[in-house]
Amino acid sequence: MATLEIRDLHVSVEEAAGTQREILRGVDLDINAGETHAIMGPNGSGKSTLAYAIAGHPKYHVTRGSVTLDGENVLAMSVDARARAGLFLAMQYPIEVPGVSVSNFLRTAVTAVRGEAPKLRDFMKNLRAAMADLSIDPAFAERNLNEGFSGGEKKRHEVLQLELLNPTIAVLDETDSGLDIDALKVVSEGINRFRADPSHGVLLITHYPRLLRYVPPDYVHVFVAGRIVRQGGPELADELERDGYEKFITAEAAA
Amino acid sequence: MAGLQGALETSAPVSRLHEQQSYNPADFPVPTGREEEWRFTPLRRLRGLHGADPLPEGHVTVDVEAGPEVKAEKAGRGDPRVGASYVPADRVSARAYASFTEATVISVPAEAVTSAPTIIRVRGHGTEGASFGHTVVDVGPMARATLVLDHQGSATYADNVELLVGDGASLDVISLQDWNDDAVHLSHHHARLGQDARISHTVVSFGGDVVRIVPTVSYAGRGGDAELNGLYFADAGQHLEHRLFVNHTVPDCRSRVLYKGALKGDGAHTVWIGDVLIGAEAIGTDTYEYNRNLVLSDGARADSVPNLEILTGEVRGAGHASANGRLEDTHLFYLMARGIPYEEARRLVIQGFFGELLDKIRVPDLRERVAAAVEAELG
Repeated sequence: MATLEIRDLHVSVEEAAGTQREILRGVDLDINAGETHAIMGPNGSGKSTLAYAIAGHPKYHVTRGSVTLDGENVLAMSVDARARAGLFLAMQYPIEVPGVSVSNFLRTAVTAVRGEAPKLRDFMKNLRAAMADLSIDPAFAERNLNEGFSGGEKKRHEVLQLELLNPTIAVLDETDSGLDIDALKVVSEGINRFRADPSHGVLLITHYPRLLRYVPPDYVHVFVAGRIVRQGGPELADELERDGYEKFITAEAAA
Repeated sequence: MAGLQGALETSAPVSRLHEQQSYNPADFPVPTGREEEWRFTPLRRLRGLHGADPLPEGHVTVDVEAGPEVKAEKAGRGDPRVGASYVPADRVSARAYASFTEATVISVPAEAVTSAPTIIRVRGHGTEGASFGHTVVDVGPMARATLVLDHQGSATYADNVELLVGDGASLDVISLQDWNDDAVHLSHHHARLGQDARISHTVVSFGGDVVRIVPTVSYAGRGGDAELNGLYFADAGQHLEHRLFVNHTVPDCRSRVLYKGALKGDGAHTVWIGDVLIGAEAIGTDTYEYNRNLVLSDGARADSVPNLEILTGEVRGAGHASANGRLEDTHLFYLMARGIPYEEARRLVIQGFFGELLDKIRVPDLRERVAAAVEAELG
């Protein structure tokens, strides 16, 4: 069974004038297949940095620590190799790529991840079914990647990719943000279909507990100032909903 | 950023830049490289086309595959249709006009809707000497036609192309500069649009040592619509220059300019000049021009100069945008984060960049050939 293991992860981001600012200050986290973890924390606590660092975004530099997937050194892999190894990041702000159609992109990505091109007929059939499950208009397939998509369309499209690429460990960064309640239900169903497979693990990153009512996690981690300050079960999400992050921020500032 | 040039302002207003016109080369002084219209062009590589010394006869052949509804003829210098719509605007153009021996005249009868494109194949058989050409395309009222100018081989060549689009007529032109690496080609294309006439003019430049194409548009009646498109890819050492001039002198006409280029390799140089003049009488004009250049390596340089001069307060729309940049890291990251390897991600992004221009080429064989050429350039 797959395990993503994060140890003492320190990450800096390059700012203007070539200076580095440390965002992650020692993160330890294990995500096993069959588990759903939620990272919750205030804005600016470094949650997205963790997601991007796992995916290998060039802006983020790992200065210390390790990330392994089933013992393989993820940090030594290129961005595309990480995806092919079974990691997936649903982005908070999916990027618009002009002139590249959704269907061409998805088929190229599926081919890359599987190592062979799916039959066009099978691929189109799967794509149509997956789009229908997420209430995505079939005309979407011919549109340019994320170009002119609404916030909700972008998020559904991220979950569509999750289902088609079928990774081992999925990191979902604020996949609930900007969704109305109907879209949130559709997106949650997609995530639940993915995690119903016991060989899959999920890391949900969210600011609001709303998503967790539809996708109940097994473990909740409170993230403040670049590290995990408390861990617990699903009840921790309820506590955060009731009390907010204030006491954790105060405790961290005092530490 | 090294190798990148932003928009450079020119010294004179657009209205002054295009004043001089003459059929006589002697009316234009031999350029020195300091003139506004020659300052980007490597004169030393023109093999004397811009000079005053006589040049031996070159080796260019012109063959026409005319659409079934179209009449194609060779015409002598004295033919009244030659030079009827265009007066040369620079020295090389005037020299080409003064020097060609035989013009190609394509006529599309009024109301004819052509069933196949007319293809003019210009073939160079050597760079020695110089060759001069002249083409007239006369599209009758309400007719529809497609013209392909296909340039291949090795040549030193200067020519003028007159495109007369009659009232209510529609003409698609695709000019493909697919020369060998040693070709020098300087060309003026002038479109004159009748009332409610439309032209879609697409320039594709890949090959050649120096290619300089000057598409210009004038309007003879209201409702004229000009779409000027360009796609170019410069490799190491290549100079590809496109200078456009849209002269809005008539009310209620439209122009759209969309040029995109990519550059790769040391000394690759592209120049895009977009001059648009909206005269005092051209109320209700609607114009927009756009140029974008993708600089794929160090040592390449893209010059991009939009120039819009508006002499009336009553336009429908007038704007321009110009940008040079590198491949976006964020685009590559997104594709690679889905498992797509770097080279393939890069290919997808560049093909996507040119995609909207490929769609403008409505001749399927040609569109595939251009797509394949883009692909080959990326290899």
